Amino acid sequence: MDKNLITAERRKERLDRGIKVRTEGIYAVSSWQEVTYLVLPRLILIVGLLLLPLLIPSLYWKRVVSIAAIYALLALGFDFLAHFVGLVSLGGAFFIGVGGYTAALLNKSLGLPPVFTIPMATIGGAIICTLLLLPVLPLRGVYFAIVTLMYPLALMRIIEALNIFGGTDGILGVAGFTNRWIEQYLIILIVIFASFGLRRLVNEDIGLVFRGVKDNDQSVRASGLSITLYKAIAVFIASGLGSLGGAYLAHIYMWSGISQFALDFSVIPIAATVIGGGGTLVGPLLGCFFLVPISEWLREFGTLRIVFYSVILMAFIMFRSEGIMVYAQRKYHQFQRWVKV
Amino acid sequence: MSGEDILQVKDVCKTFGGVQALLNVSFNVQEGEVFGIIGPNGSGKTTLINCITGFIKMDSGKVLYQGENISNRTPNKIANLGLTRTFQIMRPYYSLPAYKNLVIPLFSPRARRTGGWRGGGKLGDRGTVAIDILEEIGFERDSFVPYKLASSLPTGYLKRLELARCLALRPDVILCDEVFSGLSMSEIASMVPLIEKLQMDGITLVMIEHRLRELFRVASRVMVLNFGEKLTEGIPEEVMQDEKVKEAYLGSEKLLDYTFEG
Repeated sequence: MDKNLITAERRKERLDRGIKVRTEGIYAVSSWQEVTYLVLPRLILIVGLLLLPLLIPSLYWKRVVSIAAIYALLALGFDFLAHFVGLVSLGGAFFIGVGGYTAALLNKSLGLPPVFTIPMATIGGAIICTLLLLPVLPLRGVYFAIVTLMYPLALMRIIEALNIFGGTDGILGVAGFTNRWIEQYLIILIVIFASFGLRRLVNEDIGLVFRGVKDNDQSVRASGLSITLYKAIAVFIASGLGSLGGAYLAHIYMWSGISQFALDFSVIPIAATVIGGGGTLVGPLLGCFFLVPISEWLREFGTLRIVFYSVILMAFIMFRSEGIMVYAQRKYHQFQRWVKV
Repeated sequence: MSGEDILQVKDVCKTFGGVQALLNVSFNVQEGEVFGIIGPNGSGKTTLINCITGFIKMDSGKVLYQGENISNRTPNKIANLGLTRTFQIMRPYYSLPAYKNLVIPLFSPRARRTGGWRGGGKLGDRGTVAIDILEEIGFERDSFVPYKLASSLPTGYLKRLELARCLALRPDVILCDEVFSGLSMSEIASMVPLIEKLQMDGITLVMIEHRLRELFRVASRVMVLNFGEKLTEGIPEEVMQDEKVKEAYLGSEKLLDYTFEG
């Protein structure tokens, strides 16, 4: 008899672990086992990310880790907007491009070093993106997605047609990082802080307002809160993360060009969210560290790359559509055993 | 009852395409009273509330709240003035626990400004204040109910949650859109004292209702709408004697006996 078969005599029983039940919302920790139970997954993530560059010998793959971290910032922003604010954003390319060009222009025209350009491009890029997206924020539905997709395409053509910001050549000679290890670890630390920070944020009071906007925006208005304002704050946060990634990218490659508006930046974060598990924040992050290296590795197959890539995505959508993290969290938080009916 | 008009609605008109939803509807609500709005289905009651609270832009007319013209302001601004509403079809945040539903209104500028035990701030965090409000509105404090996801709550609790969301804003006026609808007789019986308690707390209530018997227990004045037009206004007994109302709303005289039985 198939051991996974559920029959009239027996069925699977799933029970939440006691600690999970008690810590839903409040933290009541009473023993080392429980502390370990809570801390271990977080610790594995942090230590794993920090060890990653040390474990990888080749410079090429170390660079891939940095790129994956930049995608992870976008994926965190996407997951935050989609699952906690209810805005489906295709704006990865928009945020990266604005951040990249802002950093490059600040560096080239004002001669500012990365230590200033990256924070300035983060804030400045977030302001630019939020202002440009402001007109669609009061609307519900697909409009936000459409407009976030439209901007990178439009900006790319504008730069091309008007031959501004270096035109199709882009801005060359942007200052790079002076130290390779700073370049490597700064972005990883940023990703760790962003993921834990965002998760903290969505459980704070203002995070509940964001989730309220997703759940029932009319109710938020009836509660005396402007949905446009809170959507704008959320877009500011997500586009800030994206612009930060863009600025970082410009300094890593010492170049900023129209390929930073490439749709890869919009699409891969969404794929990573599908694979990693939407609404978990850490899932999309892991999804990026899974997808980006695979996408690099598949380069060997030339044009077949996209085919393999699609097959992997299809497999996930068909067999684990909830995503890795949602599945893993469930398994971690629950016992499972056979019981006689 | 102080007798001052807290809410004045003047000649509100609204059309949806060719449908005249509201035509020159005017009424005044006095501070501290319970004002009922009744009428057959589709007579424009909910549209009227939507117009007053800014959820729908009215075509013409004026809404004065505490002497201030609030016509066509955004709903959040109106709610922040203390003119709150419930929704007929409940609009809780289904993915949040019941008490976290209240953290959102407690986060509003009005609740933060007025402070106090309902507004949060000095008396513990918003979650604690939310539990206090829920207890006041009939959620058992020591049970699991306030901590349950709103999606798992029965209708009776969701209706209370609607009122609780208004209370979290420390309102002066609550526009109740059919708080009794969809409830069982025993649930309604337990809601009526709640409404009376709100009134005693000095909150002005405007109630849209189909449950006339319960409404007449609490309402001091009633307005009747039919096809977007105001038929009459007055104390419940007088209104129900009105020939136009009998014809439009009740259809037959027999219903009158039903209304006042018991």
